[in-house]
Order: sequence, then structure tokens, then C-alpha cells
Amino acid sequence: MTLLHLENLTKRFGGLIAVNDVSFDVPEGAIVGLIGPNGAGKTTVFNLITGNYRADSGKIVFDGRPINNLPTHKIVSLGIARTFQTIRLFQKLTALENVLSGCHCRMKSGSIAAMFQPPWQRAEEQKALDKALSELRFVKLAEQAMNLAENLSYGNQRLLEVARALATEPRLIILDEPAGGMNDQETARLIDTIRQIQARGVTVLLIEHDMSLVMKACEQIVVLENGGKIAEGTPSEIKANRRVIEAYLGTDEE
Amino acid sequence: MKNKRWIVYAACAVVILISPAALNRYWTDVLNVIGLYVMLALSLNIILGHCGMFHMGHAAFYAVGAYTTAILNTAYGIPVLWLMPLSGLLAGLFALVIARPIIHLRGDYLLIVTIGFVEIVRIALINNIFGITGGANGIFGIDRPTIFGMKISTPGQFFYLIWFFVAVTIYLFRKLEHSRFGRALNYIREDDVAAAGSGIDTGHYKLIAFVIGAVWAGFCGTLFAAKMTIIAPESFNFWESVLLFMIVLLGGRGSIAGVILGTFLVIGLPEIFRQFATARMLVFGVVMVAMMIFRPEGILPPPPRTYRLDGDTGPEEAA
Repeated sequence: MTLLHLENLTKRFGGLIAVNDVSFDVPEGAIVGLIGPNGAGKTTVFNLITGNYRADSGKIVFDGRPINNLPTHKIVSLGIARTFQTIRLFQKLTALENVLSGCHCRMKSGSIAAMFQPPWQRAEEQKALDKALSELRFVKLAEQAMNLAENLSYGNQRLLEVARALATEPRLIILDEPAGGMNDQETARLIDTIRQIQARGVTVLLIEHDMSLVMKACEQIVVLENGGKIAEGTPSEIKANRRVIEAYLGTDEE
Repeated sequence: MKNKRWIVYAACAVVILISPAALNRYWTDVLNVIGLYVMLALSLNIILGHCGMFHMGHAAFYAVGAYTTAILNTAYGIPVLWLMPLSGLLAGLFALVIARPIIHLRGDYLLIVTIGFVEIVRIALINNIFGITGGANGIFGIDRPTIFGMKISTPGQFFYLIWFFVAVTIYLFRKLEHSRFGRALNYIREDDVAAAGSGIDTGHYKLIAFVIGAVWAGFCGTLFAAKMTIIAPESFNFWESVLLFMIVLLGGRGSIAGVILGTFLVIGLPEIFRQFATARMLVFGVVMVAMMIFRPEGILPPPPRTYRLDGDTGPEEAA
């Protein structure tokens, strides 16, 4: 079953066509990789899906519902969570509070309940705390709960972003270069984590430059070049695809 | 460590509460003014400190509250304290209407628009808008508040009235900080793109922060009108907004203790050094520059919230 469906998606920035007529499907429960040379438009596609940008034309359908014109927070509450290419944690807040931000959209209490703290508000807070802690445990950062995000190592900050995204209880998680800046050991751990995310029933869509990670973790790969889709298929099909090899040859591959 | 903090807070509270006994009328009145500014600065702290919105027009909301009280009291004789909720409500409504179109502005852009608002309000008051504000002379003869038939008129009596509301404000705002709402404001301050990406409706929260700040400024307006019995547009000028802005930045954005300390420094110290009146601004300027360089977080930045991670008591009460 298709969870996310992109249809003829186009986005222009002035004269530059960042995303050109891109269509692909993300089946429910899969791990799908989005790859391509630098500047191919991968992150722009992510920003379109999450509502950070508005598409100039085309359709984005999530679970049978068009989400083109919804604001980001609505899209999150429908079940799409993301991490960022450049880490965007709340640096001056603790790791726990960073994850609690993800719990936010599954909570209800507002400012007045906060001031008077009725029992249901306290229960909700406690539930959120438990949830946040369990997500921290999931990415193995529970001991860091009380540390400020800025004091975590780079790799751990990436994992903390994953935990924050998972705390929104997503059905689809979008990871933008999750292994960026990680060493081999951390990357191996990340692949494990991604598989565990899938095992929880969450669909994964990721951008990654680390080809070994993509080939190991993804079941299906979509390749973009210059804003357009040039190939789509399983890792072995992509490896053998002439156009993909051409796109990567001569470019400044990492 | 945390217990020590609490002992210091408790000691400060006790000293403040018994101080009128040792002070003359003048100094008690200075404490009253400080109390009002503490409340105002705490309300601005929600907007500026917690949510990180550069709002330099807080005096506008203060004015709406004060004028609501003054007009309804002098025209219809409604007891002043009864007008407090209404004053807050109208100030909040006013904030909702004016903040709605500008809420998405960032940093310095918002700053300039809010400066514009406070000037518009002041000039509207001077020009006797709707013929009810009394023009440049303001409104005279506002009643003293009464509580259970007791008329509040001396500085000593006002001291307890004002600081009672300060205490209530501190209590409620502490709860507010340690909640989903308080955290949401901090997420927005830290990074509003990431906040939206975590499912927070940033526009909504910014607006609510504005409204809560304005409601409290409206409450303060009632207390101010009752204390002065006469209000004029000059009490709500741009400089008042600047003072409040300074208090929050100097004391520590997002820190209740810091904001209270900041108020004592910014409002209290000039009273103590009155004989150096002309040099005060110079000292102010130097202190602000030094603060921005050496302690950009303010004198008493908020400690991180603490959470009780086992048991079922919810967020732990922390400073």
C-alpha cells in the first residue's frame, strides 16, 4: 500500500528549477532512499513534503489525503516527522526537552491548564515524559537526558534529532543525511536504528550520501539529478543503471 | 545547590514582605513602583524572555488596562478592582487584534512595528480618541480600591495589595514555564523552523504569548490607575517600554528571579542614587554595554528545568 505519493512535483526558485516533475511512491513499511549528486534537489523534495516550501505544481498525497497546502505542524500531526540536514536541535535545552518537543503535537493542555495544573494535565505531562524517555532509550541516549543538546557529540546530536522526530509518533519519518558527520561505528549503529524504526512499523524515507548505508539499508532507491528523477529501483538495479553511474561519474563524490 | 537557591529566595521574599515596617512612606512607595514593574516585566518576560519576540511596545497594553479602569470607574463608578479582569481582557483583545498581522515578523522588524504601536497608542490618548481619554491631561479622580470595605490608600496598604498580585503572578507564571506551553515558547525562541518541524504551531503560540503578556499588563494598568488616581498619556510612553525591555534583558531572559532582580536594579537603583540624576543614564548605558559583552544571558539566567524521571509527580518544581 502506498503511504506517500508524489505526483509531478515541481518547485522553482526564480529561474532555477530545483525540482522538476518528480513523481514517486513510498510504500508503507518500506525504507526508501533518495540519492543524487549535490544540488540534485533532494532536500527541496523533503522541504516540499514537510510543508517548509510550497510546490509550484504537482501533488503530495499522504495516506490518501492531499497535504500540499497544509502548514508544517499539521503535516507533523498527520504523521510525517523529519530530521534536518544541518542539525537543528534546541541547543540551549536539555536532550529530554528536545524530545519532549516531539511529544507536543500529541498533547492537549494549553496555557490555562498550565497555570492551574489540573490532574489530567499532570497525567499528560507524565505520559509525555515517559514517552520522551523511552525514545531517548531507543536511540541509546537515556543517560544524556539532562545534558544540554549543544554538549552532545555530533553523532549523538543526529540521533537526538531522530528521537525527537520519533516522539511525534510518525507513520513516516524523513531523515535528511542522518549519517552526515558520523564515523563508521556510528554509521553502523545508525543502520541498526533505522532497521529498528522500520520494525516499529514506521516507514522511512532518507537522503544519504554514504552509499554503503543506502545500499545496505534501503529497499528501494530513487535517484535525482538536476531536479529530475533519473532512476528508481532496488539497490542492485540502481547499481547497474547506466544513467546513475553517469550522473555520479566526474562529480565530486564524497 | 537547589535548596540553597530556595533559601535565598525565601529570605528575599521575607525581607521584602516585612520591609514596609522599617521604611518610610517614600521608600514604601518606591517598593510599590518596583512591584508594579516586576509584574509588568514578568509579563513581558513571557513574550521577550520565553518566546524571544523583540517586543518594545509593552506600555501600550499597560495603557489599555489603565485607561479601561480609569474610564469605566470615573464614568460609571464601577469599583476599581472589579475592573481588573475586564482591563486585562481588553488589553488581551487589543493585543490579539494588533499582533495578528505582525506576528510572523522576526527580530528587529517586530521591534520597529511594536515601537510604532506604543507611539500610536500614546498619541491617540493625547488626541483624546473617541473623546473619552481626556487628552494630554489624562483622567482625574479615579477611586481608591476597597477590599472587604477597607479602603486602600496609604503606600503601606498598597504595598500589600500590589505585592499580593506580584506573588500570584510569580506562582502562576512558574507553573506556566514548567508546562507544555512554556516549553513550546522556548522551542520557538531557540529555532522556530525546528519547532514547526516538531509539530508546534508557532504562529498560534507566539500570538498566545502576546495575549497573555498583554492581559497581565492590563491587570497592572488597573493597579497603576488605582495607585495614582490620575493617569496621563505620558505614563505610557516609549521610554517605559524600553525600561521593561532592559529589565528582562539585564535580569535574564526567561528567568523569574532574574527579572525581579533586574527590576530592583533598573527601577530601584536610580532611586537610591537620585543625587546623581544626570549621570544615571550614562551609568545605565555603560552597564548595558558591559552586560551585553560579558553576560549576554543576563545576570541570573534561568537554570535548566529539571524533571523527576521516576515516580508520578510530574515536573519537579525548580527555580
